[in-house]
Amino acid sequence: MDKTINQKAWFLVLPVFLVVAFSAVLPLMTVVNYSMQDTFGNNQFFWNGVGWFKELLDPSTDLGGRFLASLGRNLFFSAVILAIEVPLGIVVALSMPREGWSVAACLVILALPLLIPWNVVGTIWQIFGRPDIGLLGYVLNHLGFNYNYVANDVDAWVTVIVMDVWHWTSLVALLCYAGLKSIPDAYYQAAQIDGASRWAVFKAIQLPKMNRVLLIAVLLRFMDSFMIYTEPFVVTGGGPGNSTTFVSIELVKIALGQFDLGKAAALSLAYNLIILIVCWVFYTVMTNAGSERPVKEGAA
Amino acid sequence: MARIDLVDLAQSYNGNDAPPESFALKPVTMTWRQGGAYALLGPSGCGKTTLLNLISGIVTPSRGQILFDGRDITPLSTQKRNIAQVFQFPVIYDTMTVGENLAFPLKNRGIAKAEVDARVKQIADLLDLTPYLNRKATRLTADAKQKISLGRGLVRSDVAAVLFDEPLTVIDPELKWQLRSKLKALHRELDLTMIYVTHDQTEALTFADTVVVMHDGRVVQSGTPAELFDKPAHTFVGYFIGSPGMNIVPAEVSGHEARIDGHVIGLHRNYGVLPAGKKIEIGVRPEFVDVAAPASGLLSATIERIDDLGRIQFARVRVGNTKLAARVPPGFSVSGGTAGLIFNPAYVHVYADSHLVEGVA
Repeated sequence: MDKTINQKAWFLVLPVFLVVAFSAVLPLMTVVNYSMQDTFGNNQFFWNGVGWFKELLDPSTDLGGRFLASLGRNLFFSAVILAIEVPLGIVVALSMPREGWSVAACLVILALPLLIPWNVVGTIWQIFGRPDIGLLGYVLNHLGFNYNYVANDVDAWVTVIVMDVWHWTSLVALLCYAGLKSIPDAYYQAAQIDGASRWAVFKAIQLPKMNRVLLIAVLLRFMDSFMIYTEPFVVTGGGPGNSTTFVSIELVKIALGQFDLGKAAALSLAYNLIILIVCWVFYTVMTNAGSERPVKEGAA
Repeated sequence: MARIDLVDLAQSYNGNDAPPESFALKPVTMTWRQGGAYALLGPSGCGKTTLLNLISGIVTPSRGQILFDGRDITPLSTQKRNIAQVFQFPVIYDTMTVGENLAFPLKNRGIAKAEVDARVKQIADLLDLTPYLNRKATRLTADAKQKISLGRGLVRSDVAAVLFDEPLTVIDPELKWQLRSKLKALHRELDLTMIYVTHDQTEALTFADTVVVMHDGRVVQSGTPAELFDKPAHTFVGYFIGSPGMNIVPAEVSGHEARIDGHVIGLHRNYGVLPAGKKIEIGVRPEFVDVAAPASGLLSATIERIDDLGRIQFARVRVGNTKLAARVPPGFSVSGGTAGLIFNPAYVHVYADSHLVEGVA
């Protein structure tokens, strides 16, 4: 096949190139530049080489300690919400009606939390959980539970996790529901004829057919929860103490609170790198899962 | 293994009070012989899949009963009916190997592992699936998958009947032929009742000993392929089976004679005087009408075109406003725009309101 050679095509790529350069490449390079330097204000910079990165990985320094602790909290948070939201989303999707007006009603109700802006979600739960005026906090305290997310680490964690589950389980449920809807009726009929129990139908038909959407759900939920900032910031502000300070909150504190541009830049690069690696792993897994082609009979 | 009786079976998807004409399946009473190979033939929407789903229990009938060997199984669920069904699109369990797929119905019924293994091996041999037993079923071709879904039905030793719902739709044409022969061979070997739903007359006529033709929710005729061809009980059967379909011509019939446009055609049987007010037609297959040179004793027709099917030629002709197809006898060359038609009286049938009228010999 002969390719037409036309150098004018470069002009068509140029606008995108410029937009990406100014919106992504140049800011990123600025961050790389900052990460190698230290500043004491007045726009004076001093070369620091890979010093910040060394500190970042050394738990005995202030920066490394804060980074690794918040990273640990963040991974724990992601693991917990995935362990709750994925099975819960599947159960919700399975118990949703398959036809009739109630389908639309369910979809609207499920979509509601997804449509609420993140800071509003945070505010809702911040007030909802207050022991003095919040419905949840007030009721819990009057039932005899000493619940106070401002003072107690565990309460703060529970609040943040329940909030995330409330906010995002719908997404998993909707994705699973879409996966379930795409299963042809013949599968259920065949399973009926094969005498499969409800559990066998789930294991042999529904779960395998939801495979792809579940991967997408896990990827989306992991990324979102790993980058979470607004909701815990609004509810707990990262406290009590540092107990709910996630990487993003720590990053903002260092960059904008202390104005330590060098440290913050190094931290954000590491943060970015982790996300890229996770994305790459998921992408590889997903494309491999989809590359199963039928093999001709007798080929092997 | 069982004889299947349908007693007054009917199905309406709009509730039992819906007008009878809207029923997807109008009341039908018939018997399916143990060990028979049946085809349910009809165009899309004629109710054949509904009938199949009623027998397998996927749909519960609005009225009537289904008996297996005289036992009423209408209220029983699909699991308890010992029916195997193969669907239009192959249904396989993605995560399982071919062997696990075949073993699935037995495992669900709590059968001991040794027996399951023996059964699976036997069925895999029968279906030529043995080399793939340990392969993932997702990675096979459509025809192998369809064999697996069939195998899942056959693996149960107590299966009463195997139902096929247009199972060859997604199979490549060359493999269709192979798979159909395989089904036929299995039928001979296993002595199972098989019911095969299709809208393809070739499939139906080659597979079945008895073809059941359905039209608009009714069973219009059930018989051997030869019966359907030689003596259609309904004009729909005549038109639907055969290529080209039967010629249906409005006529006046009395005694031994039919009149088309004033021209008299002799009949083999005596029809006496037919009831007034019914639409009287005669039906004759194109194979039994010959074109000839126009002559005074023959019904004259205008030739519109000649279809050459290789071994046989059919002339498409017009008599008045009615279009007919007629055989061009070997050695006859059509010349000019008109021809005479010679009817073979033994194969001219009379229909009143689309239903066959039996004459007296």
